[in-house]
Amino acid sequence: MSGLGQHLPALQVVVPILVAPMVVLLRPRGLAWAASTAASVLSFVIAIELTLQVLGAGPVGYLMGSWPAPYGIELRVDALSALLLLVVTGASTVALVGGRQSLDAQIEADRQPYFFAAWLLALAGLSGILVAADAFNIFVFMEISSLASYVLIAGGPDRRALPSVFKYLIMGTIGATFYLIGVGLIYMMTGTLNLADMELRIHAVGDLTPILAAAGFITVGLALKAAIFPLHVWLPNAYTYAPHMATAFLAACSTKVSLYVLLRFDFFVFQGNLEGHDLQFAIYLMPLAVLGILVGSAVAMFERNIKRLLAFSSVAQIGYMMLGASLVSIAGLTAGILHIFNHALAKGTLFLAVASFAMVAAGLRLNELSGIARRMPWTFGAFVVAGLSLIGIPGTAGFVSKWYLIMAVMELGPAGVPLVAVILISSLMAVVYIWRIVEVACFAKTEEQGSSAIAVSPLMVAVTWLAALANIYFGLAPALPLTLSGDAAAELLRHLP
Amino acid sequence: MNAGSTIILALLLPLAGAVAIALAGRISANLRETVTLATAGGLAMTVWSLLPAVMAGERPGVSITELLPGVEIAFSVEPLGMLFAALASGLWIINSLYSIGYMRGNNERNQTRFYVMFAVSLAATMGVAFAGNLFTLFLFYEALTLSTYPLVSHKGDAATVRSARVYLGILLTTSIGLFLPAIIWTYSVAGTGDFVTGGILASKINGPAVGLLLGLFVFGIGKAAVMPVHRWLPAAMVAPTPVSALLHAVAVVKAGVFAVTKIIVYIFGVDFLFAEPSSGWLLYAAAFTIIAASVVALRQQNLKRLLAYSTIAQLSYVVMAAAVLKPLAEIGAAIHMVAHAFGKITLFFAAGAIYVASRKTEVHQLRGIGLRMPVTMTAFTIGALSMIGVPPTGGFVSKWYILAGAFQADNYFAVATIIVSTALNAAYFLPIIYMAWFMREPEPAAAAHGEAPWPAVLALAITAVLTIAFFFFNGATIQLERQVVENLL
Repeated sequence: MSGLGQHLPALQVVVPILVAPMVVLLRPRGLAWAASTAASVLSFVIAIELTLQVLGAGPVGYLMGSWPAPYGIELRVDALSALLLLVVTGASTVALVGGRQSLDAQIEADRQPYFFAAWLLALAGLSGILVAADAFNIFVFMEISSLASYVLIAGGPDRRALPSVFKYLIMGTIGATFYLIGVGLIYMMTGTLNLADMELRIHAVGDLTPILAAAGFITVGLALKAAIFPLHVWLPNAYTYAPHMATAFLAACSTKVSLYVLLRFDFFVFQGNLEGHDLQFAIYLMPLAVLGILVGSAVAMFERNIKRLLAFSSVAQIGYMMLGASLVSIAGLTAGILHIFNHALAKGTLFLAVASFAMVAAGLRLNELSGIARRMPWTFGAFVVAGLSLIGIPGTAGFVSKWYLIMAVMELGPAGVPLVAVILISSLMAVVYIWRIVEVACFAKTEEQGSSAIAVSPLMVAVTWLAALANIYFGLAPALPLTLSGDAAAELLRHLP
Repeated sequence: MNAGSTIILALLLPLAGAVAIALAGRISANLRETVTLATAGGLAMTVWSLLPAVMAGERPGVSITELLPGVEIAFSVEPLGMLFAALASGLWIINSLYSIGYMRGNNERNQTRFYVMFAVSLAATMGVAFAGNLFTLFLFYEALTLSTYPLVSHKGDAATVRSARVYLGILLTTSIGLFLPAIIWTYSVAGTGDFVTGGILASKINGPAVGLLLGLFVFGIGKAAVMPVHRWLPAAMVAPTPVSALLHAVAVVKAGVFAVTKIIVYIFGVDFLFAEPSSGWLLYAAAFTIIAASVVALRQQNLKRLLAYSTIAQLSYVVMAAAVLKPLAEIGAAIHMVAHAFGKITLFFAAGAIYVASRKTEVHQLRGIGLRMPVTMTAFTIGALSMIGVPPTGGFVSKWYILAGAFQADNYFAVATIIVSTALNAAYFLPIIYMAWFMREPEPAAAAHGEAPWPAVLALAITAVLTIAFFFFNGATIQLERQVVENLL
């Protein structure tokens, strides 16, 4: 294993990307699912192993074909990418293992091999972004994951997904193009694509206009892909009309990976080199983060479709992550990065539960979910646990990141008071939108009893509960994500002058 | 068994009981209620077994895990928490007995869920009582709010759901919006949130910030029901009466005033607050609540709502006593938790018994009911006298101490408040007693009825006896609570 062990960063991408074309050929019923699940589980195991290596001995580097960087392609896994790898592969695995029944119900049997191939490509692309150490490979993997995501979102039975995915396609392409323009400008000025090399070489040309323009293009392009308010408009519909399991997978991780690239560029590449970049970053992004938090939560309070409601809640939660990052402090970045992990836990669980509701209820509008708690008490219990985590009740994962975020904001002194208020108000808004669902599900009169006789498989319930319990576990023993995000924050801030 | 594992057992026992109750509920109602009583008995024995050590001055504690640097889940038993836990666990036995009579007599639905959530609520209460630091306190405070929600919304109809929304909305809003930032503020200036004799904030914070932080705590702890965050308590009266009796007269509301007292004594420190003028407002806020709630109670027609407003006033007695910031008053605050608990649980038991037996809920319907339900109304009378503070009832003892503390501080405003409120208490309780015993039933007579089912009557008789007994046998309690202010005496 030791021979194979050193190739883990490459295998992280290679496994899903190689299994993907094979899956297309697997026609017999269920085989495509089994193969993709196996690949996803293997990716998850690789991610865990990599995380352990990072925790034990610091960042793991890998040179493709042993060509030294910056000439060859370098892969690199540090605390930040390890944390994100856990989220991406974990979300994919949980959604695939628990979601078979839902996927069977939503994706026709003859199209399933293509769907699962796209799923694995998305997984490979997202993992690729996280292990790549150079700007161009990040772009390639970003395109792979985006194109595959469009297929996943449009792959369900809901035809309303088509216009939403078209919107996503256009906006995603603009984002990717902006990113590419920025990378091109930097390449023009420095002649390198390797991030570490770029960081060194930019120093000489940091005050020149093309670099400033590049910073602008890259930040805006990635903000678009990360759905940072007000560039979030593609997100709610895309999440709402996608197949339920695809939502569970993508909502837990896809925007966060773009956020990861954003942090990498703004902190690694630009922060130490551009004068006042930290200040500009904070000044432009903090108001957007605050607006995102408030507007996302407010819209969620009035939304009728449960998936759209949760999607708008995601817009707000991305705001929390950005708020943490825009504080440009160890505590702030730790809180923001930790929230990436904790929000993935909560939102993933919520969407898993929603997928189960969708199998039994007539639809996903709130009034169609009336009395669902009585019909599926277990799944609903898991939904409530994850909802509490989203609100930030102590004892759940969501509380830990909120605690850290408030601590970080309080470091600002009196200036932090309005930000504390924003965080708390939005938490209360979360109480409102979660509790609207709880009341309808528990107390509203059920109009038509037994509209569908499908019972949700015990596996799906078990996986949903496993995810819910993870919310509690990481709420009471947050050492792992906390260490990783603390290390990541220290690493990101290392370059600050 | 060492004290640390006893504390953990006190938390886990009700949870294990909840599971057992759920399983037993599938077999038979009798078994389910036997399990409930056994769990309650076991919990009380566990909690009371800690008493000798605490009386002897020990502070048994146990740390579970360090969540974040400096932020632990830890438990520590000190006199205030000991008293609160002993009270809640002891009364749970009596309340379970009462619940059997009430729930069966009313043919309530979802009885298993009711008993399960009750056990979970008690586990959360134990967590609040034994919390060794602010974070642990907050953890179980929120758990208590959430676990009581299904009990408040038990009936499940539109009006109940609306009231339950008010209940949850106010308690969560205040706790997340005010209590949580206060806790984080404390951790960030003091570096810890441990409950330490003498407080942890002295010299860490000063000036108007002290008053502000105190305000965040007092109004953030919505369960203490200091106006204007009291509205959840009348709303909670839609719950079945055993819930109102144990949770909204003892466990939940006492968790609120208990937390306020504990924060004043162990986080701020009595001397520190006394020397800081910006904290003076608390006394007046509590006094206002006492008088205003009593005036509102005067105007209530619904018996349970009247009792709820009376509870709001009585809770603020505790807060005001704590805010007098003198040793005798702090003791009075602790004792008043006990005295009020015995009296108010008796009153609620009686109100519930009246409802089960006769379906009467309004004050004016009670004319002549004393002759039909003599045991119930005798207990009600004893409870009401205790609320007014007439000897020989428990209410007299605690008022004595609070007044003594007020004189110690030369705080005549507090003295005047107690006098006025005593008059108001008499003004809304005495007419009920008069109507029940001395007026004739309205014609035509309603359907004939006697007492409620015997378990309910037995329960309220026991608590009525306890109300009187506390007047005579309170030495041990006072001795225990004297330790809280030992450093000041």
